[in-house]
Amino acid sequence: MGKKLLLKNDHISGIQSYEVYRQNGGYASVEKALKTMTPEAVVEEVKKSGLRGRGGAGFPCGMKWSFLAKPEGVARYLVCNADESEPGTFKDRYLMERIPHLLIEGMITASYALGCSNSYIYIRGEYFYVSRILENAIAEAYANGWLGKNIQGTNYSLDLHVQVGAGAYICGEETALLESLEGKRGNPRIKPPFPAIAGLYGCPTVVNNVETIAAVVPIVNEGGDEYAKIGIGKSTGTKLISASGHINKPGVYEIEMGLPVEEFIYSEEYCGGIKGGRKLKAVVAGGSSVPILPANLILKTAAGEPRLMSYESLADGGFATGTMLGSGGFIVMDESTSIVKNLWNFSRFYHHESCGQCSPCREGTGWMEKVLHKILDGHGTIEDIDLLWDIQSKIEGKTICPLGDAAAWPVASAIRHFRSEFEEYVKQPKSIQDVKHYYRLQEAKF
Amino acid sequence: MTNGKEIKFSDDSLALVQRMMKRYPEGKQKSALIPVLHIAQAEFDGWLSGPVMEYVASVLNILPVEVFETASFYSMFNLKPVGKCVIEVCRTSSCWLVGAEDVISHLEKKLNIKVGQTTSDGMFTLKSVECLGSCGTAPMMQVGADYYENLTLDKVDTLVEKFRSEGKRKSYTDKAEPRKL
Repeated sequence: MGKKLLLKNDHISGIQSYEVYRQNGGYASVEKALKTMTPEAVVEEVKKSGLRGRGGAGFPCGMKWSFLAKPEGVARYLVCNADESEPGTFKDRYLMERIPHLLIEGMITASYALGCSNSYIYIRGEYFYVSRILENAIAEAYANGWLGKNIQGTNYSLDLHVQVGAGAYICGEETALLESLEGKRGNPRIKPPFPAIAGLYGCPTVVNNVETIAAVVPIVNEGGDEYAKIGIGKSTGTKLISASGHINKPGVYEIEMGLPVEEFIYSEEYCGGIKGGRKLKAVVAGGSSVPILPANLILKTAAGEPRLMSYESLADGGFATGTMLGSGGFIVMDESTSIVKNLWNFSRFYHHESCGQCSPCREGTGWMEKVLHKILDGHGTIEDIDLLWDIQSKIEGKTICPLGDAAAWPVASAIRHFRSEFEEYVKQPKSIQDVKHYYRLQEAKF
Repeated sequence: MTNGKEIKFSDDSLALVQRMMKRYPEGKQKSALIPVLHIAQAEFDGWLSGPVMEYVASVLNILPVEVFETASFYSMFNLKPVGKCVIEVCRTSSCWLVGAEDVISHLEKKLNIKVGQTTSDGMFTLKSVECLGSCGTAPMMQVGADYYENLTLDKVDTLVEKFRSEGKRKSYTDKAEPRKL
């Protein structure tokens, strides 16, 4: 059983309420930070912990915090990114719904470290009911002196607000999120300047994912060095993995970084193996944007080493044979899955979610969706497969924000690892069309 | 109501909007636009008409075109009339892998409409939407504030009958049903 830091109390009945959360050691990090540490000391602990951004990019959190500009007399903001929209990812919803006070506690401690007096949690609009859970938790925190003026009798004051979005994947990109928080369309901004210099309302801003903020709580409580002892190499601590697809036990699992992928998929403690005893075909390990890997490459690296759940091990081999940990959205596909159809599904997603600012992404995502649909429909040619490759290569790295890359990588990796399947669709469209290449609910056993 | 009646928030909603506007620094009240549009959509028949957007602009003291610019970007805002119950079925990979297409085609048959259409009695609009972050409890659909997870076709039938007999408009801003955790 791996060590749990974030979900160690999620099974306790009533943990959603302030009383039960507090009885189980809740808000200790705020007490410790505000009463015994300077803001700089909190930043230092986070740096020592090696915590990396849990939203997908994996950027060192302490470093991000230390970039925050601190001009005199200018407000600074901490904004929590609760826009969780990466297909396959649902860990933040799980965490916010079950232990809302953990996020509130993390927001207070982190806001203190960054010197913010107004902080926001931007949550995707579809999670409206979760925003109400957070609002209740915030009201409880105010009532008990953890928010508002002179928190717990100290000189530190903070107001915390929840802001709902209205349905836009792109608002998970931090500058699009800030635009949306300002009431505008979620068009990502050109960087530089980065939010650390000019973010919300042009003021220095840190945007952190829900899980990153929550991880600040155990880091402050137990110390950055203790946190860094967990995990493997530069992948320190624990990670929430959202497991979905053709597995026996889908759900959110907190794992110690470094857990072998094979153990994660097959052990009873985690995914419990592939549904119906079928064979594993492929895995998208870190949310829809990361390269898809076939079974052999997700279980072992190209060098034959066991693949581990860590930033480095999943990336081993680069994009030729590796992938990324991303947001930890772990989508498992069994042998019955059509990779071509799944890719069309992903491409339709990116086409739908492209904000339309940059031509390569706006036009390219739609084009890829159409070409894939043509292939699925049985009218594709070998040249179409090469065309897809060409289009994705002309989107990657050529857009303001990473949505372009995110749309290109699934296409590139699917063709790289499953080209023969695309060719089958082209050469034998009739036989492919006759195959039931996706699960039918009537046949699935629940 | 938008049919000929004056467009004006209820007293409760107006008080809430005014509280919301105080969450932001002075002069940044446009930040309240998205939350306020949610309230407007819930209060004015489930969609944002031109006059409703003009009204929201006047409340926030911004230009009507700023409201339209934002409202037209986000998938949760309806710029055309919709049924009382907007059924939004997730269609993205994790849901698709375990039968989302069957849920969608079942609903199309049951409601006798296609995705994007509204039933002639104005009760249901069917939408297929992108990932709603419920991949571990797929397939799923959202109606108003509520997530309905681990769907089976039987479960879908029961839900549709329930919505029909209740006959109520469902909004994102509704109080969600209690959930088993």
